[in-house]
Amino acid sequence: MQDLYAENILDHYRHPRCSGRLPSPTVTHTEVNASCGDTLAVDLQIDDGRIVAVRWEGSGCAISQAGMSLLAEALEGRALDTCSALSPQAVRDLLGVPVGTRRFKCAFLGLHAVNNALRTHAGLPQQSWEETLRE
Amino acid sequence: MALDSSALRRQFPVFDRFPSLCYLDSAATAQKPQAVLDAVSAALGAAANVHRGLYRLAEEATDHYEQARATVQTFLHARSASEMVFTKSCTEAVNLVARCWAAEHARGGTIVVTELEHHSNIVPWLQLQEEGLVNVVWWRCDAEGHLAAEDLAALLRQHDVRLVAVTGQSNVLGVHPDLAAIIREAHAVGAKVLVDAAQYVVHSAIDVQSLDCDFLTFSAHKLYGPTGIGVLYGKSALLQSMRPWLGGGGMMQEVHDDGYTPADIPARFEGGTPAVAEAAGLAAAIDWLSGIDRTAVLAHECALTQRTVDGLAAVAGCRVLSPAGATGCVSFVIDGVHPHDLADIVGREDVCLRAGHHCAQPLHRRLGIAASTRLSVGIYTLPEEIDRGIAAIDRAASFLRR
Repeated sequence: MQDLYAENILDHYRHPRCSGRLPSPTVTHTEVNASCGDTLAVDLQIDDGRIVAVRWEGSGCAISQAGMSLLAEALEGRALDTCSALSPQAVRDLLGVPVGTRRFKCAFLGLHAVNNALRTHAGLPQQSWEETLRE
Repeated sequence: MALDSSALRRQFPVFDRFPSLCYLDSAATAQKPQAVLDAVSAALGAAANVHRGLYRLAEEATDHYEQARATVQTFLHARSASEMVFTKSCTEAVNLVARCWAAEHARGGTIVVTELEHHSNIVPWLQLQEEGLVNVVWWRCDAEGHLAAEDLAALLRQHDVRLVAVTGQSNVLGVHPDLAAIIREAHAVGAKVLVDAAQYVVHSAIDVQSLDCDFLTFSAHKLYGPTGIGVLYGKSALLQSMRPWLGGGGMMQEVHDDGYTPADIPARFEGGTPAVAEAAGLAAAIDWLSGIDRTAVLAHECALTQRTVDGLAAVAGCRVLSPAGATGCVSFVIDGVHPHDLADIVGREDVCLRAGHHCAQPLHRRLGIAASTRLSVGIYTLPEEIDRGIAAIDRAASFLRR
């Protein structure tokens, strides 16, 4: 099986990184993909303008769960100012495979959750899917 | 006589254009036979508006449009062609009943909605409830999708029920509520019944007079006809008691500076230029079906769904949700395999399945799952396609669980 179900992605699905919850996160946010019932709850620990820990819990398809796992791993230790307005390209790079229209919301659910967690932290209103998908 | 599905299949150009297609999603929309494509094309190829022009082309368009209405009347065995309202979809037909009948005639009362319903037979009622016009109560089903008659009896006793909204055939489980009994019980307390026949109409012959339902809705595109047209059947007296909702051309008798007089039924509910070509396509689909033994079609489809259930029994971790006796579709879940992953992977081999909640979230909640995968069949489906579909499902599930 090729592309979207590449070995790396399936590995993250079967062995998710950064999974679980933080005891006292700085910010927490949950996003649901209503069309298929995928759920992702993201906890961020933010200290001195840096994401020091990411934990997440969720259920859903391989693409949504692996996408979140890859993103969580990549975000730990990053300075906040490098994370504002993460683009879909960042997730595409992590996935390393093309994402077709029919799996957009699966692949970018984690991104949507993280973006809105960061906006909550910054005291900004939630952003729409349209904004999350803007390159 | 057994159905010659191979011969019927040759009448569907899609299978020539996409030879590798394994289309197991007819419950979402059916493929169209050449006869339907020709009818739509002919109507568009000699276009004229209906009920307006005084030239020959316009008269023909009007005749064809009204002939389509008569074709639907015969198909449903209704008393009068004026009881057939053309809408843009089955969804719009349900909304028309909600807006034009229930908002006025069920005001302050209760609408019973079954847990089997598609969102299109749920949300219009919730919208009325949101506006404080009606109260919505649920008729729960069991884990196999069966509705208990005593539960309806209790609801009818406990509430001032004005309408029971029920599907003729679940689009997820393929089960059929006992419409005759439901209609009898509802009528005994003066409640009306709306049957969502979107799936049912494809698989069973319907006689609205003997069924005695008050409203019945369906769309053409699941019935081998075009998208863009649906039908509302309503008993004449009910339709006549309803005020129009879409104001515009064609739905009025007279317009003055300060008011208008609505047209008679069904034109009253068809404001704006109707789907003339789509009506021709719907009539062509019904004419096409009328040349086929529908009992044989049902037997053919039941054999296919049984083959599906038997095939899925050999797929590790698979649990079939549809109970015995279900028709048209089989829904299932596989341990450790998300339906979207499954449908995406088999989709790469042109095996077309539907994954998700199939616009029936309350039912999925009742079943304790977020999503399922559905395999559905049509008149053109071959046993070999079921086998190919099952083999692809088995391979994809093994791959995902490796």
